[in-house]
Amino acid sequence: MRPEPLSRRALVLAMLALAVLALPFADLAVSAHAPWAALARMGQGLLHPDFAAIEDLGAATARTLAFALAGVAVGAVAGLICAPFYAFRPLRAVLIGLRSVHELFWALLLMQVTGLSPTTGVLAIALPYAGVFAKVFAELIEEADPAPARVLPPGVDAFSRFLFARAPLVAADMWSYILYRVECGLRSSAVLGFIGLPTLGFQLDSFFRIGNYGAVGAVLMIYIALVVTIRHWMRLALVPLWLVASLWVLGGVSTPPMGAGALWRFFTVDIVPAPLREGHWADLPDWLGPIVTGQILPATLITLIVAQLALVATGALAFGGFSVLVRQVAGFAVWPARFVTIVLRTIPEYMLAYLFLQILGPSMLPVILALAIHNGAIIAHLLSREAEGILAGLRPDAPRGAALWGYELAPRLFGRFLALSLYRWEMILRETAVMGLLGVATLGFYLDSALATLRLDRALMLILAIAALTAAIDALSKALRGRLGAASLSLVQNRSDTRISGVAPTSPAVTEMGANTQARACVPREMQEHLTSALSDRETRFGLQSLLRQSR
Amino acid sequence: MTLARLSAERLAYGGATVFDGVSLDIRAGERVVLVGPSGAGKTTLLMALHARMVADGLRVALAPQEAGLVPQLSVVKNTLMGRLDDHGALHNLASLLHTPKPARAEILALLAELGLAEQAQRAVEGLSGGQRQRVSLARALYRGGQVFLGDEPVSAVDETQAEALLAVVARHFETSVLSLHDLTLARSFASRIIGVRKGALVFDAPPAQVTPAQFESLYAA
Repeated sequence: MRPEPLSRRALVLAMLALAVLALPFADLAVSAHAPWAALARMGQGLLHPDFAAIEDLGAATARTLAFALAGVAVGAVAGLICAPFYAFRPLRAVLIGLRSVHELFWALLLMQVTGLSPTTGVLAIALPYAGVFAKVFAELIEEADPAPARVLPPGVDAFSRFLFARAPLVAADMWSYILYRVECGLRSSAVLGFIGLPTLGFQLDSFFRIGNYGAVGAVLMIYIALVVTIRHWMRLALVPLWLVASLWVLGGVSTPPMGAGALWRFFTVDIVPAPLREGHWADLPDWLGPIVTGQILPATLITLIVAQLALVATGALAFGGFSVLVRQVAGFAVWPARFVTIVLRTIPEYMLAYLFLQILGPSMLPVILALAIHNGAIIAHLLSREAEGILAGLRPDAPRGAALWGYELAPRLFGRFLALSLYRWEMILRETAVMGLLGVATLGFYLDSALATLRLDRALMLILAIAALTAAIDALSKALRGRLGAASLSLVQNRSDTRISGVAPTSPAVTEMGANTQARACVPREMQEHLTSALSDRETRFGLQSLLRQSR
Repeated sequence: MTLARLSAERLAYGGATVFDGVSLDIRAGERVVLVGPSGAGKTTLLMALHARMVADGLRVALAPQEAGLVPQLSVVKNTLMGRLDDHGALHNLASLLHTPKPARAEILALLAELGLAEQAQRAVEGLSGGQRQRVSLARALYRGGQVFLGDEPVSAVDETQAEALLAVVARHFETSVLSLHDLTLARSFASRIIGVRKGALVFDAPPAQVTPAQFESLYAA
C-alpha cells in the first residue's frame, strides 16, 4: 500500500513550527566578552598562517592520514567479508549496532581498554565503518547484473562465482565508495584529535590554548589541502604503499601504558550496571530511574531542540544560498562563493563548532551555527550542481539573475532540496549528540561526564539512548521522504557521483549493455544517499550536465 | 542415441505457461534449428532442454541470448569462465590473476578461429555487439561438451560471418540445438528444422522437406 502523500508546504510549515517552539528553550546567547576581537585574531591567523611548528604539523598530518587509512582499510576489508552474509539477521544486527555509534563515542569507549593508542584510533574508525561498508557493499552486490552469474556453468563454487561474475561488476563502484569513505575517515581522524589522539585536531586544540592563531590557520590549510586532493594521491596502485606507510607511522606513536587486564575488566566489571555488579537486581530500577529522568530525557530534549534549529537554519542557508554558487545567477561572485563553500563543507562540523565556540563563547549558538553552515554548504553545493544541469536544458529566453532563481530554479529544485535536508536530518542529530563533548548539554555531554567519572555502566546506557534516538530520526526521515513522493527523491544526479572519484567512467558500450538489465545501471538507493552527502562529487572530471542529460 | 527427451511437458516462462504438453527428442549427431516468430517459445524450449541435459549429467555448451558477459573482464577471462566448474576456488582465483599457459594457448586458438585474436586482451565493455557475441561463442566452445545449445547465437553479425561462425560451431560439436531467425541460414546449417509457433511445434523435418509455405505459415498473423 502506498503511504498517503505529504504536501511539501505542510512539511516545511511543520518543521518551522517545531523550530519556533524550540526557540524559547534554546540558549543562543553570545557569552564571550569580545567576540569581534576573537574573530579578528582568528581572521589574522588565517590570513597569516604560521608554519613554524612544521615538524609537529608534519607528524600530526602523517598520523591523521595513518589513522584514517588504516581505519578505512580495516573497515572496508571487514565490510567486504561480511557483505555476502548481510542477509543473515544476527550478523546484520551486529553491523547496525556498530555503525549506530559515532566514531568519537567509540574512541571514548575504546580508550577505557586500549588507552590513547593507535589501536583506539584505528578501531574507532574501523568499527562503525565496517558496518557501513558491509551494508553498502551488500547492496552493490545484490543489485549487480545477475546475468553473468546465471550463465556460469552449473556447479561453479560460490567463491569463484563471486570472483568472476560479481566482483568485476561492482569493483568500480566499491572503489569510488571507498574513496568517499577515505574522505570521511580523514574527517573522523582529525576530529579524534579533540579527545586526545595525536592527529591534526589535537594540534588545533593545543594551538588554540596558547593563542597561536597563525598555527591554527596552518592546521586548517593543511587539512583542507589534504581532503581536496584525495583523488590525486589515493590511487589503487598506491594503496599498498599508503598502508605500509600508515602502519609505520602508527608503530611510531608512543602510547601511555594501560594496566593489565583492562579488556577483561571492561566487559566483566566496568560496563555492568552498578547494582548487578553486587548482585542486587532489585536495585536496578532505582539505578536506572535517575539516569533516565535526570540525564537521558532532558538531554534528548536538548539534543532535539538543537538539531531542529540547526536543521531549519541549514535549510534556510542551503535553499537561499545555493544560487550564489550558480554562475548564471550570481555572475562573478560564484568564484569566491565556491571557494568558501569548499572550505566550509570540508571542515568537519565538530571542528567548526570548536572554532565558533572560541569566538562566541559557550552556548547552543556555536553548535547550531556550525551544523547549519557545514550541512547548508553541502546541500547548497549539491543543489547548485543540479541547477547547472537544469540550466543546460533551459529555453534561450529564460530569465536571468534573481528571476532565474525565483522562476526556474527554486520551483524545480524545491522537492529535491527537501529530500536532501531530510536525509541530512539524521546526520545533524548524530553530530548534535556528539557536540555534547564540547560542553553543550546534549546526550554526548552526559556520556562524556559518565566516562570522565569512570561510570562506564552509565555511559553504556547513554550510548544505547543515542543509538535509539538516531535510529528513530532515521526511520522518521525515511518515512517522510517516502511520503513526499518519488519525484522529489529522484537522486538521479548521484549516479554520476559514483563514477567520479578517479574511476574511469563507464563506457557507452556498457551503458548499452546495461540497458537490458535496468538494475545494473542504478546505484542502490542507500548508496546514492550516502553519496548525496559526499564531498566526493567535488570538482569533477565529467560534468554533471552531460551525466544528467545521459540519464534522462 | 537420445541426448534429451521431453514428453508431453508443460513449460513455463516467467510464470506463464508457454507449452502445454510438448514432446521432443534430441538425438546425438543432429543439428537442430528452431525457427519461429519472437515470443513463440524458442527460448523456453532451449532452456528446458538445457535444464534436462544438465540434470542428466551431460556437459552442455550454452550460448544464451543474454550472454551474461562480464564487461570489466578481458575477452580471455570471459572465455575462461566456461570451465570454472572444472576447478576449485583457489585455482580459479589464481587464474583470475594470471591465466595458466595451457588454458591461455587453448583460448587464443579458439579466439583466432572466431576472428577475435586481436581483441584477446581487451575488456569486453569496449567491444561491439558482434564481437561480444563471438566472445559468448568462444566461452561455449571453450567449455565444450556433448552438445551445443545456442539461442540466436549469431544474431548480431552479418550473414557471411554468421555462416562462418556456425561452421566453427559444427566443427566443434557433433550435436547442436540452435534458434535462428534467418531461414536461409537455418536451411544451410540444420539437419532438422523445427517450426515453433504460439507454444506448439508446427513442423519437425529435415530442411529439404520443409516447404516455403510452411515457413510462411509460422509468421502469418
